[in-house]
Amino acid sequence: MTTDSAPRILVTESDFSVGNEHQRLIENNPQQGAVVCFTGLVREMAGDVSLTALHLEHYPGMTERCLLDIAQTAQQRFGLDRTTIIHRVGTLALNAQIVFVGVTSAHRQAAFDGANFIMDYLKTQAPFWKKEIHTQGHSWVDAKETDNLAARRWNQSE
Amino acid sequence: MTLRVLFFARLKEQLHTDKLELDVGDAILSVSELRKRLLVMFDNHEALQVTRTLVAVNQQMANEETQVTAGDEVAFFPPVTGG
Repeated sequence: MTTDSAPRILVTESDFSVGNEHQRLIENNPQQGAVVCFTGLVREMAGDVSLTALHLEHYPGMTERCLLDIAQTAQQRFGLDRTTIIHRVGTLALNAQIVFVGVTSAHRQAAFDGANFIMDYLKTQAPFWKKEIHTQGHSWVDAKETDNLAARRWNQSE
Repeated sequence: MTLRVLFFARLKEQLHTDKLELDVGDAILSVSELRKRLLVMFDNHEALQVTRTLVAVNQQMANEETQVTAGDEVAFFPPVTGG
C-alpha cells in the first residue's frame, strides 16, 4: 500500500468541511474514477420527547484503532484507494454533522459498496456511545438489532 | 501489580466511576474471574452482568475466556451506538 492510500482517520470535537474532505480525496488522483462521500447528521428522532442535542462518548485510542482497521479491511476487500473516516464526539446540536466517510476507487460500485461497508461496521464495532439530550433530561441510545443485521449481511454475500 | 479497569457510557454512570486500579498481584485471571471480583466490589450491580456489557482487553475486543494480568487495560461497556 502506498502512503498516499493510508486511511485518514479523525476523531474530533471539531466540525468538518465536506468540500475540503472531498477535495482531499480527489486531488492528484487521476487513476480513480469514482468518489463516494457519506455524511451522517443529528436528526430529531421520532417519539414523544423532542431532542435538543446528542452527546457522543468514545474510548480514546481503541476508537481510532478500530476505525483504521475497518478502513483497511474495506480498502482490501473492495479495492479502494483513498479512504477517510471522521467521527465527531462531544455535544452536537440538532442538524450537526456527526460522521463522514469518503472513499475513492476506479469504478463506482466499489466506492458505493466500500462506503456502505464502512458505515455498517462503524455503527456496530467502533466504541462510540450516543446519549440523547431532551427537554426532560437525557437517555442513552440502545443498540439496534437492525444495525447488527446490516453489518452481518456482508459476511453472507460471499 | 495492578491492572486498569475502565467503564464507559451508561455503565460508567450506573457504577459512578470511569476507572479503577485493581491489585491482582502476579495472578493471571480470565475476564470472567475479573468480572466476579468487580461484582463483589460493586455489590452485584446488574450493570456488570455478562449479557449487558462488552469487554475489550488492551483495546481489542475480548470475551469471558480472555486472560488478563497486571499491566493490562480492561474496558467494560454497553453495545456501541456510533455513526
